[in-house]
Amino acid sequence: MRLRAQVGMVMNLDKCIGCHTCSVTCKQVWTNRPGTEYVWFNNVETKPGLGYPRRWEDNQRWRGGWELDRRGRLRLKAGGQIRKLIGIFWNPDLPTIDDYYEPWTYDYETLIEAPLSERDPVARPRSQLTGRETSVRWGPNWDDDLAGAPETASEDPVLRGIEDRVKLAYEQAFMFYLPRICEHCLNPSCVASCPSGAIYKREEDGIVLVDQDKCRGWRFCVSGCPYKKVYFNHRTGKAEKCTLCYPRIEAGLPTICSETCVGRIRYLGLVLYDADRVLEAASTPDPRDLLDAQLGLFVDPDDPEVRCQARRDGIPDDWIDFARRSPVHALAIRYRVALPLHPEYRTLPMVWYVPPLSPVVNALEQDGYEADPDDVFPAIERLRIPIEYLANLLAAGDADRIRFVLRRLATMRAFMRKQQVLGVREERLATEVGMDADELEDLYRLLAIARYEDRYVIPQAHTELAQRLAELPGTCGLDFEGGPGSCGAIPRPAATLNQRFMLTERPERRFPGARPLPVRNRPAEEHP
Amino acid sequence: MTIWDTFLWVVLPYAALVLFVAGHVWRYRHDQFGWTSRSTQLLEGRWLAWGSNLFHYGALAAIAGHVLGILVPNWLTSAVGISEFTYHFISAIPGSIAGVVCVAGLVILIVRRAAFVRVRRTTDAVDVAVYTLLAIVIGLGIGETLAVNAFGPGYDYRSTVAIWFRGLFWLHPEPQLMAGAPLVYQLHAASAWALYALWPFSRLVHVWSLPWQYLGRPYILYRSRYAAARR
Ligand code: HEM
Ligand code: SF4
Ligand code: SF4
Repeated sequence: MRLRAQVGMVMNLDKCIGCHTCSVTCKQVWTNRPGTEYVWFNNVETKPGLGYPRRWEDNQRWRGGWELDRRGRLRLKAGGQIRKLIGIFWNPDLPTIDDYYEPWTYDYETLIEAPLSERDPVARPRSQLTGRETSVRWGPNWDDDLAGAPETASEDPVLRGIEDRVKLAYEQAFMFYLPRICEHCLNPSCVASCPSGAIYKREEDGIVLVDQDKCRGWRFCVSGCPYKKVYFNHRTGKAEKCTLCYPRIEAGLPTICSETCVGRIRYLGLVLYDADRVLEAASTPDPRDLLDAQLGLFVDPDDPEVRCQARRDGIPDDWIDFARRSPVHALAIRYRVALPLHPEYRTLPMVWYVPPLSPVVNALEQDGYEADPDDVFPAIERLRIPIEYLANLLAAGDADRIRFVLRRLATMRAFMRKQQVLGVREERLATEVGMDADELEDLYRLLAIARYEDRYVIPQAHTELAQRLAELPGTCGLDFEGGPGSCGAIPRPAATLNQRFMLTERPERRFPGARPLPVRNRPAEEHP
Repeated sequence: MTIWDTFLWVVLPYAALVLFVAGHVWRYRHDQFGWTSRSTQLLEGRWLAWGSNLFHYGALAAIAGHVLGILVPNWLTSAVGISEFTYHFISAIPGSIAGVVCVAGLVILIVRRAAFVRVRRTTDAVDVAVYTLLAIVIGLGIGETLAVNAFGPGYDYRSTVAIWFRGLFWLHPEPQLMAGAPLVYQLHAASAWALYALWPFSRLVHVWSLPWQYLGRPYILYRSRYAAARR
């Protein structure tokens, strides 16, 4: 066992109002530069819909993420190392800019400089790639709010298998918003796809970053990420991705998208997991078991033994305390109401989603009457769409998983309504969904009250550790005599197997190419 | 032997080599951020599929041919039992194929760069210089292979050009060997030195970054936030 801390995110989809504030603030901070005009580290999609880039979920086409070979071993869907080097001159799986959209601006000059005339001047769209006039035919959220859905949404890859039953006519449609950032996966296929070793996962907090100095522009990470959350800067010729706003996280602050979220749907917190069993979990044969396998990696920071192990593995004490109070641990692991996006990609993603009840409620209200809150329960059992859709999105097709979560959410509402309106505390409701009344109240506190302090429980980075590490070159910094690292993790078979797959030691020892570059006057990790 | 010969076959090569080596050292130390293939596949993919693959595989084969023809001396090839006839055969047939493939790729790449405005807009002056020099060097090279050696009278560059080239590295330049070579060979060599001089300042630096370490590497890499502080 080798415990690591990971900063994770949960988004409560019921509360997303699709306002795109997160996307805009993120863009203003990170991608408002030449070469990244088309890049949205955070984007908000309407589901059902094609998404951004168009049909990104069709990994039979883009071949992102992992799969199992015939002998059950995990391998990159796009092929292994030799395959990549042979194909390095042209990547067959790379989306082109038209799969995203041609970025454009408007010719604002004419508005200001046009001579006086009868008609108002018009600012025409200009392509930011060619500088020429263009006609806008697609954008990052073209099918927002199901716009054009009757024509396009049937191509949504998530509809595969249920398309014949889904009605996309306006009156019968269901929809919800899906905000997306990089998942900062436990088993990131972008890292594995990078031939230069420029992408890495940070030991301390699990944030996945591209070293801009080491990236050589081979562009395999772009196609290797099944979520299409690595982007190619066409000006610099380097890959860029969501940084989970690491400078803010290090200071104990939430990411920009979270901080500015209007619906207050986002949660940030630590989880502790066993890094030695990541490969094993990602190799789970049945995709529907992947979620449980991933859940099995997480450990309970309230358990004293876990705390001791965490300390031995160099996780600072205050971080362990933050992990105990983590809303991500509570929603995803303790109450199991948050689910990972497309677990079948086998990257073990770490941005989890509380599935929305609203499509179910909407489905009930289609006939024109307002749904009685208690009607929701039979609907959860009975309705196939949109539950199957949610299942394809968040549970590798396991509709029971979605029902389990929706029942808990609906029960929380019913329980709190009874308690607040009628003054009765119906324990029975809680036990029916395998919880107790206090837990339901806690869930309510997290999801409905959602105070800032409860949503973002982020420890500050330990800069003083850097000092100690500098003094003890060649060690983990904590394994001095009697130090927390000195007991050392005992290698186990799973660990050894895993290490051939994952570089868990200091990279520069095992693999010279992974040596971090010296820092000059700018931070080594990211944008110059 | 004129001053002109000394300049072309002694001064130019050494100046280019100095620029080549010093330029790479300087660029590697000061411009890691600019060290990339500057891929344009995002902007255009279909033409690139043909252009890039043909060009690169052709170029790599041609480079291998140069190693065999220029760097390996006659006595070594005969010592391992390759007769003059066999050598000629190898250089003429696979050499011609490699050359044609490379030229086809380069033509596609250049046409693509000119025709697709998106790609054209990413092209800077250094790119134009690189493409011009590549076109000249490769065009003259295929000229030698096809017009002189495969279908023409033939020219034994291994006992002139090759010896001059190797002599440069022994610090024993023999410019008179080049002075007597046919014009295509002279132009090919001179333009190649110009290309080498430009190399470290262009996107061609990506050639040295062929990520062979990937072959023996674990898939998932971790790095400590404090890695930088460790040194
Ligand atoms: C040794 C291994 C090499 C590798 C791995 C390599 C890889 C690449 C890659 C990935 C690209 C970008 C293609 C794209 O737009 O997506 C590229 C472009 C290019 N390479 Fe190489 N290359 C190698 C050797 C060479 C050599 C030997 C030359 C020439 C002497 C060369 C000349 C070029 C040129 C001119 C381009 C620009 C193509 C264009 O966009 O028009 N490369 N290379
Ligand atoms: S979601 Fe993020 S961490 Fe996961 S594979 Fe994609 S870019 Fe990498
Ligand atoms: S800011 Fe919040 S509510 Fe608005 S779209 Fe983004 S995630 Fe949804």
